[in-house]
Amino acid sequence: MERIVSLNEPKLSTAGQESLPPLSIGQWQHRNVLDLDDFSPEEITLVFEIANGMVEVLGRDVKKVPTLRGKTIAIMFYEPSTRTRASFELAAKYLGADTVSLDAARSSVVKGESLIDSLRTLQALEVDTIIIRHPCSGAPYIAVRHLQTRIINAGDGCHAHPSQGLLDLYTIKRQLGDLKGRKVVIIGDILHSRVARSNIWGMRSTGLHVVLCAPRTFIPQGMPEMLDKCGLDHVTIEHNLDHALEGADVVMPLRLQKERQQSGFISSIREYIRLYQVNAERLKKAAPHAIVMHPGPMNEGIEISHDVAYSGSSLIEQQVTNGVAIRMALLYLVAGVKNQ
Amino acid sequence: MTSRSILIKNARVISPSQGIDGKMDIYMEDGLIKSSGANLKVSAAVTIQADGLVACPGFIDLHCHLREPGFEEKETIASGAAAAIRGGYTTICCMPNTNPPLDNAATVDFVRKIAASQAPLITVLPIGCITKGRAGQELTDMSELADSGCAGFSDDGSPVSNSQLMLLAMRCAAGLEIPIIDHCEDLDLSRGGHLNDGWVAARLGIKGIPAAAEESMVARDIALAEMTGATLHLTHISTRGSVELIRAARARGVKVSADATPHHLTLTEERIIASPAEPGVPLIYDTNAKVNPPLRTESDIEALIKGINDSTITSVSTDHAPHTSEDKLCEFELAAFGISGFETAFAALMMLVHSGKIKLNTLIALLTCGPAAVLQHEYDITGTLKAGSRADVALLDISREWTLDEANMLSQGKNTPFIGQQFKGTVAATIHAGEIAYIDKSVRISE
Repeated sequence: MERIVSLNEPKLSTAGQESLPPLSIGQWQHRNVLDLDDFSPEEITLVFEIANGMVEVLGRDVKKVPTLRGKTIAIMFYEPSTRTRASFELAAKYLGADTVSLDAARSSVVKGESLIDSLRTLQALEVDTIIIRHPCSGAPYIAVRHLQTRIINAGDGCHAHPSQGLLDLYTIKRQLGDLKGRKVVIIGDILHSRVARSNIWGMRSTGLHVVLCAPRTFIPQGMPEMLDKCGLDHVTIEHNLDHALEGADVVMPLRLQKERQQSGFISSIREYIRLYQVNAERLKKAAPHAIVMHPGPMNEGIEISHDVAYSGSSLIEQQVTNGVAIRMALLYLVAGVKNQ
Repeated sequence: MTSRSILIKNARVISPSQGIDGKMDIYMEDGLIKSSGANLKVSAAVTIQADGLVACPGFIDLHCHLREPGFEEKETIASGAAAAIRGGYTTICCMPNTNPPLDNAATVDFVRKIAASQAPLITVLPIGCITKGRAGQELTDMSELADSGCAGFSDDGSPVSNSQLMLLAMRCAAGLEIPIIDHCEDLDLSRGGHLNDGWVAARLGIKGIPAAAEESMVARDIALAEMTGATLHLTHISTRGSVELIRAARARGVKVSADATPHHLTLTEERIIASPAEPGVPLIYDTNAKVNPPLRTESDIEALIKGINDSTITSVSTDHAPHTSEDKLCEFELAAFGISGFETAFAALMMLVHSGKIKLNTLIALLTCGPAAVLQHEYDITGTLKAGSRADVALLDISREWTLDEANMLSQGKNTPFIGQQFKGTVAATIHAGEIAYIDKSVRISE
């Protein structure tokens, strides 16, 4: 039986501290957070309402609330990450949880331990929630089939990055308000991007129109059929960036991994810049109020020009702050309720 | 060893190469089929009452992996043979990707000796390597491999990329009158891929293997076979384009044949993300459905079935590829390719019969005379019920319903997407060279 969060569940407030605003009652059906494909619009709204409270906490002088006091969160990263890892770790700490951070790439894996055995060990250590990042698509999905401990996916291969998808959408919503008819352009290596995939799912049923803009080599062969099969009719594919940017409200270039050139996906960095860099000149085609976002880390001067990255239309730093609030909200919903 | 005489009474006897389909008896003695016909007046040491059962030639598999020597943790010749016998097989061709590989007479002899001692109730025909070490650099001593008993040549799984070398291999094989059995895959196109390059790959964010990886090599192989006159057998064909290339080649007289596997004929790429055994689970990343070539699409299945019905595809191979649970209980991208197939081949194919897509007689041809025709030296020895042929018979219960439970599998490899599948149709008995190799307890037998 899945849990339902209601106002009777643990409060975000505590004696001696100012209470967080009460939550509207929503239904939360997730034991784990793996991707946004199974999130209802109501659930996304619930996450955002909780995140609003968390933003308020982050603005306090003393940020720590005891909501997750006594809970243990394991942060298990099988690939290098600075930003997402720090974001999750701080989110857990601001909520009062104890965290244990495992650099899996340097520990058990080297000794030949399988993913499932490593996770079972954490489960046996009575960890409440495991946050996992893994270079293989689907790794957290394999994990939940063999584990009772709750799992939050912090990025699996080229598949999904749900907390990023949520923080992107949250940032857009806070900035633009009504999303109906708004146009989001995601630019670059869609083929290898878990951010793009989770954004596509998260932006479903929001009224947003998503344009994936990339060289043909960066669009998966099966992408058009996937959009069709999955009913993702809010997404279109466009190869010409100037066309894609016309009237855009949100412009989101993705990181270009330089090693893609060696594999032949792009002929040269220079050519990529010429065709796909988001710079001030190109941005004139977008709507005047257009915002620029980037999941980070940026290659300034490649997929995004320096002036755009630090311009008034850039929300890149807000994304980072909002990321902590969103991850606090997810941890609250996943780890903050009594185990059953 | 002299086997006891066996009489099968009142079976529906189907032998497609002889055009037989009718209620009759089969009598076998000294390991050979002696006679068949209605109400045979003979007495035998063993009588099997086969009312309600189908009797047909024992099944022949052109493509399986027995893993021995080198990978005995996945399967041994003995355990693989037991699984094959349970599946109705009396002749199986084992692929050479063992360690060491079957690229020299000594290793082939080893396999034949182990098979003779550990698996006497089935005929094991080794397939020899095309190139030394399956490395695609130098040809093996193909003539010596032929003399040591290899029934075909293949670098299965590591196909010969160098087309000049493949041309020379085909010339040698043509002279030896032994088929080349090729796994068609352009390794540059498939590198890093784990499933069909379709919508599921896009959905999961995993690199796909395009149909073109298979089709470009099918086209090359056909051109080389046409040039050399070699007998070419293309195994586990999985795409619509391959079927069309093979159909056109056969129409102009190229000596090319093809098989498809039960899983490619019944499952699509979507089986990786959803299973009838686990309804409601959104994405299961089922490593048991990870196989090479990958499961394709409905359109490909449709083309394969059309290819069967117009005799473009004349056999079915299991590509039985057992693995340990550790090989599969891991991340999808790290999991081994392969499906353990002996014990479900017939039942899975019966789904196509029950749904009216192929006829029972066609199915039996695909498992018997079809593959026998590819093994030129075996033709007339098995795959038929003609008097004088080896007494290899499968008894089938085509209406028995059952569910696959991995605990009941004889293969060491439990890696099949059919676990939990409800089937209709099973093998009731397998007779090899006049010896009962397997018989279900429900079959009435008098001695």
